[in-house]
Amino acid sequence: MKELNYDVVVIGAGAAGLATAEVTASAGRSTLVIDRDDFAGGVLMQCIHNGFGLHHFKEELTGPEYAERLESAARNAGAEFLLQTTVMDFNLADNENKELLALSPEYGVMRITAKAVMLAMGCRERNRGNIGIPGRRPAGIFTAGLAQRLINMSGLLPGKSAVIIGSGDIGLIMARRLTWSGIPVKAVVEIRPFPSGLTRNIVQCLNDFNIPLYLGHTVSKINGADRVESVEISPLVDGVPDSSRSFTIECDTVLLSAGLIPENELSKRGGVTINMTTGGPLVDAWRMTNIPGVFAGGNVLHVHDLADYASDEAALAGRHILDYLNGKRPGREFPVAAGGNLRYVTPNEYIPGEKTQFFMRSLIVEDDAELIVSLDGQEIMRKKLRFVKPPEMLSVEVPGELTARGGQLSFALNGGGR
Amino acid sequence: MKEFDVAIIGAGVSGASVAWQLSKYRLKTALLEKCADVGFGVSKANSGIVHGGFHHSKSTLKARLELQGNLMFEQLQYQLDFPFKRNGILVVAFSEEEMETVRVLFRQGKANGVRNLELCGRDRLLQLEPKLSPDVVGGFYVPNGGTIEPYRYVFALVEGAKKGGVELFTNFKVAESEREGEYWQIKSADGETIRARYVVNAAGLYADEVSKIFGAEEFTITPRKGEEYLLDRHTQASVSKVIFPVPSKVSKGILVIPTVEGTIMIGPTAEMVQDKEDVGTSSDNLHRILTQVKHMISGISVNDVITSFAGMRPTMPGDDFYIDISGKAPHFIQVAGIQSPGLTASPAIGEYVKDLLKKDGLVLVEKDCPKTVLPEFKEIRHMTPEEIDAKFADDPAYAHVVCRCEKISEAEIVEAIRRGHTTLDGIKFYTRSGMGRCQGGFCTEKIIKIICRETGMSPEEVTKRGGESKIIVGELHRGEK
Amino acid sequence: MKRELICISCPIGCHIQAEMTAAGEVEVSGNRCPRGKAYALNELTDPKRMVTSVVACASKELPFVPVRSSAPVSMALIGELLDTLRALEVAPPLASGSVVLSDFKGSGVNIITTRSVKE
Repeated sequence: MKELNYDVVVIGAGAAGLATAEVTASAGRSTLVIDRDDFAGGVLMQCIHNGFGLHHFKEELTGPEYAERLESAARNAGAEFLLQTTVMDFNLADNENKELLALSPEYGVMRITAKAVMLAMGCRERNRGNIGIPGRRPAGIFTAGLAQRLINMSGLLPGKSAVIIGSGDIGLIMARRLTWSGIPVKAVVEIRPFPSGLTRNIVQCLNDFNIPLYLGHTVSKINGADRVESVEISPLVDGVPDSSRSFTIECDTVLLSAGLIPENELSKRGGVTINMTTGGPLVDAWRMTNIPGVFAGGNVLHVHDLADYASDEAALAGRHILDYLNGKRPGREFPVAAGGNLRYVTPNEYIPGEKTQFFMRSLIVEDDAELIVSLDGQEIMRKKLRFVKPPEMLSVEVPGELTARGGQLSFALNGGGR
Repeated sequence: MKEFDVAIIGAGVSGASVAWQLSKYRLKTALLEKCADVGFGVSKANSGIVHGGFHHSKSTLKARLELQGNLMFEQLQYQLDFPFKRNGILVVAFSEEEMETVRVLFRQGKANGVRNLELCGRDRLLQLEPKLSPDVVGGFYVPNGGTIEPYRYVFALVEGAKKGGVELFTNFKVAESEREGEYWQIKSADGETIRARYVVNAAGLYADEVSKIFGAEEFTITPRKGEEYLLDRHTQASVSKVIFPVPSKVSKGILVIPTVEGTIMIGPTAEMVQDKEDVGTSSDNLHRILTQVKHMISGISVNDVITSFAGMRPTMPGDDFYIDISGKAPHFIQVAGIQSPGLTASPAIGEYVKDLLKKDGLVLVEKDCPKTVLPEFKEIRHMTPEEIDAKFADDPAYAHVVCRCEKISEAEIVEAIRRGHTTLDGIKFYTRSGMGRCQGGFCTEKIIKIICRETGMSPEEVTKRGGESKIIVGELHRGEK
Repeated sequence: MKRELICISCPIGCHIQAEMTAAGEVEVSGNRCPRGKAYALNELTDPKRMVTSVVACASKELPFVPVRSSAPVSMALIGELLDTLRALEVAPPLASGSVVLSDFKGSGVNIITTRSVKE
């Protein structure tokens, strides 16, 4: 059995994990990155479209380009990689030495000890059971990400004509990808009255190809015995499918793009406390979980709409991992709360007097909204936001001098008062 | 043309049990299955419960076979290695009226000869199952009830039967028959023909149609649909025993079932339908099931649901099993109407049918059988790190995790394929890959590649469950058209 | 005629109002950066899109290598470009950024790989 020992073990070699590894390895800390797949880069490697890197690299890149840059930076800084390697179990309790049990077809069972662990496992797609689409279970139903991997990495075509359920970004990107691969997309069906994906993707992935987007509609039935034959679509009236206005679209393929869930099964095994709203760990200003020395960042913490933000957050966690390894501790922290019209705010704690970047998601669609930051109920800051909608993450930096006295920090959205 | 002593039509749990029994004798037996793999009909959607023998009166054939079958599973597990656990059944009552029904069932169980039955008050129930709602009034405990992986059980029976010389024909849908002298000539929908002296009709939902094809008794199988929902193994509601409500006249009710592999299943509904292939699920039923089980176990949440499926119970008028020598067609044995508790009764059904064949003139000569027919196959999720490392030394595939949610190694996928399961569903039922919370989102592509590598199939030939259930319809162009 | 556009130059997605004046000038408002103005100009005259796809690759590690256009391609040409890419096959080793198709139809746009393939 192989025994390994590092300062930092990063679980997941995607947009988040690679960014953390670069930071910790650059500072001379021995760093190991573990990933289940045959290559580093995570889901970026199947995201062959452009739209990555503008924020992090100040240049527009495709997923694989973005990933390769992050990977080279981490490798050049001295990070080591174990690919095709799955972490099976965790023992995080010991503050000095976290113990991991991992498997790989190259080395067999490995016991790995580390002083700090970075959780960067990303997320998984919500599937048919999660969204409860009734009907039969023919072949031809794929999550959008699975279809993306089949086409972009293996050159395998999942069908001849498709309907996409949910208007998340991967679904929209796949609408264009399928069309360009000769598979017509007959409709995108979104249960909410507004799209889930970025506006630019509605424009360049649907409008460019005249693909109809049915907002406020649901797929009430999937038909077909062996393979999908058609789907029945119903408009929602007061939240209930109106079967009198149902219509049927013939297709042999259904793609699901109905949201992502942070993948925290390992975290839970290790005793990490999970935030019920985001599905990610509860973290403090350092992005440290309830277990000292265990950090989290990227989509495992909360689902980001841009890979760049996931990398930034994970790099920030990396800098605090260095603080942690150098014997520093965050000191007294105060709680952060999501107020009116916000689904969540992260991180969940802050350090008084320190400048902190907060990320949050709106519950409302609003032009000209205001974000109000309060400390123990007293307003300390206000920020105008031109467009607010749930699919696009909001962020705000709160200067340290405003929070120096401590207390509960809360964020709320004001719909402009109109 | 291939000639057999016996042809069994239908490789579900009944047909497979008959095949397993007959494999112990000097006979040439054929097992005919219309699907791409065995157990893909009624059996695959079974709730996987080894019932306790208290639901039905001993005056019925099904109760007698249930009681007998229940006792045979340890021996079978030893011989054939499938997941089975005698983890016990609780019937729970939430009112004094329901307690009255509990007492009736308790007395029926006693009269049937079920051992170790226990009437329980509230405290005893909560001690046995702390996840039960505190509103529970009382109930009874049946320690000899258990759970089983139904598809693995059918796979094991068929594999064991094959080791004993039974020949399996998949994708063999019986279409025509003709009596020629001593033999039945049986023709499949694809035109393949075999001959057999005796025929066992274990065709499940289609036993009525098969009976007609052989000119035997006329009867009608009506499907009664049951929807089930599978919960993430992290659910707050993970119970250790099967939880039954007090039953109604038509069904045993909506249950909370801890599967042998540690997940939780809730269901089934019971709804008479016309179409035998109508295996769709509906959101109304999901909500009905949730409401009913939450009443028993309050920790169950809709957010824990990872998938749903529906199955059919093949019901017949009279509500008992119909297992008999045909009075109309020669050397034809009917095994029809095998609904609940068919799985529990199946080991006994196998023996009963064997005895009927003997009564009908089939000569049975025992042969030497090995004590264990199928060697134990251990999955990495059940191994210690040291055990995995030892296996890895011979085969690195043991340390290659393909399905992250259920922790399935490549070695297990390859084992399933080598044992004849080459569809995605077949591999899923054998290994559990794709049964977890991502429902195949991450592993489907890898499994398709392993199937192609091991069998030489092209990706376009791989199916979900045979027939036209293809996953991949083509490939991107490679270079010049 | 005034057109409401949503800029796709970056993920922010600015809502832009663009209008062709009588003098043939394009007036643009609502953009946050110069790329927004350029986008609006293009949308009114010759709309262009980045093209990303895959090209067959004679490699053990990767059967198809991802590619992109070096600059946005006129929408009228995209169908033909995709057909051209389908007919290509490249061989490793390939560094990320290798040109697999240069100056497509005299547009000045190259098609380059976006992932390195060693063998």
